[in-house]
Amino acid sequence: MNRARFVSVGGVHAGLTAMLLLLALATAARADDGPRRVIAAGGSAAEIVFALGQGDRLIARDTTSSFPQAVLDLPDVGYVRRLSPENLIAMEPDLILAEHDAGPPETIEILTRAGVPMVILPEARTPADVLAKIGLTAQALGLPEAGAQLLARTQSDLDAAAQAAASLPARPRVMFVLSLQGGRILAAGSDTSAAAMIALAGGVNAVEGFIGYKPLTDEAAIAAAPDVILAMDRGGDMAVEADELLAHPALALTPAAQRAQVVRMDGLYLLGFGPRTGAAALELNTALRAVIPAGRG
Amino acid sequence: MVALDASSLMGDRGAQARVTMLALMAALLLTGLLSLSHGASGVSLWSLIEALTSGQAMPDRDRLILWEIRLPRMLTGVLVGASLAVAGAVMQGLFRNPLADPGLVGVGAGAGLGAVVAIVLGGLAPLWLTQAVGYHLVPLAAFLGGWASTLVLYRVATRSGRTSVATMLLAGIALGALAGAATGVLVYIADDRQLRDLTFWGLGSLGGASWPKLLAAGPVMALALVAAPFLARGLNGLALGEAAAHHIGLPIQRVKAVAILTVAAATGAAVAVAGGIGFIGIVVPHLLRLATGPDHRFLLLNAGLAGATLLLLADLIARSIIAPAELPIGIVTATLGAPVFLWILLRRRGLVDL
Repeated sequence: MNRARFVSVGGVHAGLTAMLLLLALATAARADDGPRRVIAAGGSAAEIVFALGQGDRLIARDTTSSFPQAVLDLPDVGYVRRLSPENLIAMEPDLILAEHDAGPPETIEILTRAGVPMVILPEARTPADVLAKIGLTAQALGLPEAGAQLLARTQSDLDAAAQAAASLPARPRVMFVLSLQGGRILAAGSDTSAAAMIALAGGVNAVEGFIGYKPLTDEAAIAAAPDVILAMDRGGDMAVEADELLAHPALALTPAAQRAQVVRMDGLYLLGFGPRTGAAALELNTALRAVIPAGRG
Repeated sequence: MVALDASSLMGDRGAQARVTMLALMAALLLTGLLSLSHGASGVSLWSLIEALTSGQAMPDRDRLILWEIRLPRMLTGVLVGASLAVAGAVMQGLFRNPLADPGLVGVGAGAGLGAVVAIVLGGLAPLWLTQAVGYHLVPLAAFLGGWASTLVLYRVATRSGRTSVATMLLAGIALGALAGAATGVLVYIADDRQLRDLTFWGLGSLGGASWPKLLAAGPVMALALVAAPFLARGLNGLALGEAAAHHIGLPIQRVKAVAILTVAAATGAAVAVAGGIGFIGIVVPHLLRLATGPDHRFLLLNAGLAGATLLLLADLIARSIIAPAELPIGIVTATLGAPVFLWILLRRRGLVDL
């Protein structure tokens, strides 16, 4: 019950943010057909545009945009927090769809003064935030119907994931390993998108006591006793091989390694908090369900 | 020993240095114009001239690009490039060491620590501070950090009115290590996004150039650049050794104090607006010493001109080579500067004796 209340409070909050942003937007998106030359700055922004079936409206993307495959064919405007104002203006966009951390602030300021319409999507860690991002994007592109469809689809995915999470007979402990460079475990603590995803899938983050992604000592890794180790299988150079995880001296002593329970998923799919989040949570949930022994719970 | 060129022992190279100075002025003017007229958006200087002569107003977008993006960026590039090169030349003269750079007086480490503190702990800053400085928190912190560490070093190295250059160098290493440790702690608690910001800050960029930033940091750099040429005679004297310089009647202590403050001001402000841009401070003075000799009367001015030109060229490359994205400028200065520098060292191996 607590959980439901939390979500609805989050929803109200996200709704307010969305409304404020929409007010700012009302002046920007006046074109009858909606913008045709859109630059996506942020992985989930590009993903949502494609999910709305409007990939052909994109003229450029940032380095963090990697899904779907077609987005990689677009020109790359660089890292989302280091955008160059003149280069963006030169592409003559009629909309820049940016994630909350697009920058630097000087660039955003100049773009605003140059009259480039810009929509900043809120940071997303909850299902309500995901829906707010989709709603804003659909609005900005002038696609109320496609937006409503995608919202409904995403909502039902998220609901299915939430139901699956609630019906899990036990809560497996999950450790998210971001990287294993030089044998050092970089794990997700609290207040990370990985922790949020683990909760959505019905698991418990095995690593607690720090915020963000931090190196974990071998002893702390053993003490965390994860039932499942979660890693990314495609996230640039950050991909971690399952063999490496199982062979790691400390991780090898955890219940997860002893039963070879390693789940690897695509980085943006798992942590992007976009339209595929419900599916990702459900997939992770299925993997977690498989870990729980029959007699337990 | 400062690099001594064989021919510099044979007589006055002033004429050569003056010709070089004129050439450098022309080069700076040219790169300055190029920097204004070149960019992804296709707005050229000619369209500005055309608009002026035909009496028609420029389109708002073009005016914004020239006036709000390219002009402050060009001016920032000139001041930063000149400051870094001049600060390098002054340091090498003061320490009588060809490897000296502004990092030795602790500016680099202090400014770096300041920037890291602002990036990582900026979110914890009190509201009145964030409201007052806005997103200029990082440059401001870098500048203050640079100054604070230089002043500490200066105090440590000065005893009964005399500054020991050797003490300053050693204390600078200690302070650098301390600042490095503090930076390490902050890097540890930083999140992914902040780490990424830190990396980019360390590679430098003129990308964030804007009028408010330029108006804040520009006067400090300009003041240092104006003050530096007055150090020329003092630094020439110091090249003979401190005792000799003292005996020919130079106010050594004053030269040292002014030199250190000049370097701190120039580098502190340059690093604050553009982040960590390496190599200019080492390469430019050395190239000029090889070309026109070690006389600081010409070296300091020429270093300023050459540093500005070089940084503008590097920025032109940085912003166009992977357009629409932008490369950090520190990568360009090092990639271009290092091989050229090595080539010159190898070619003139016999003449360069460090």
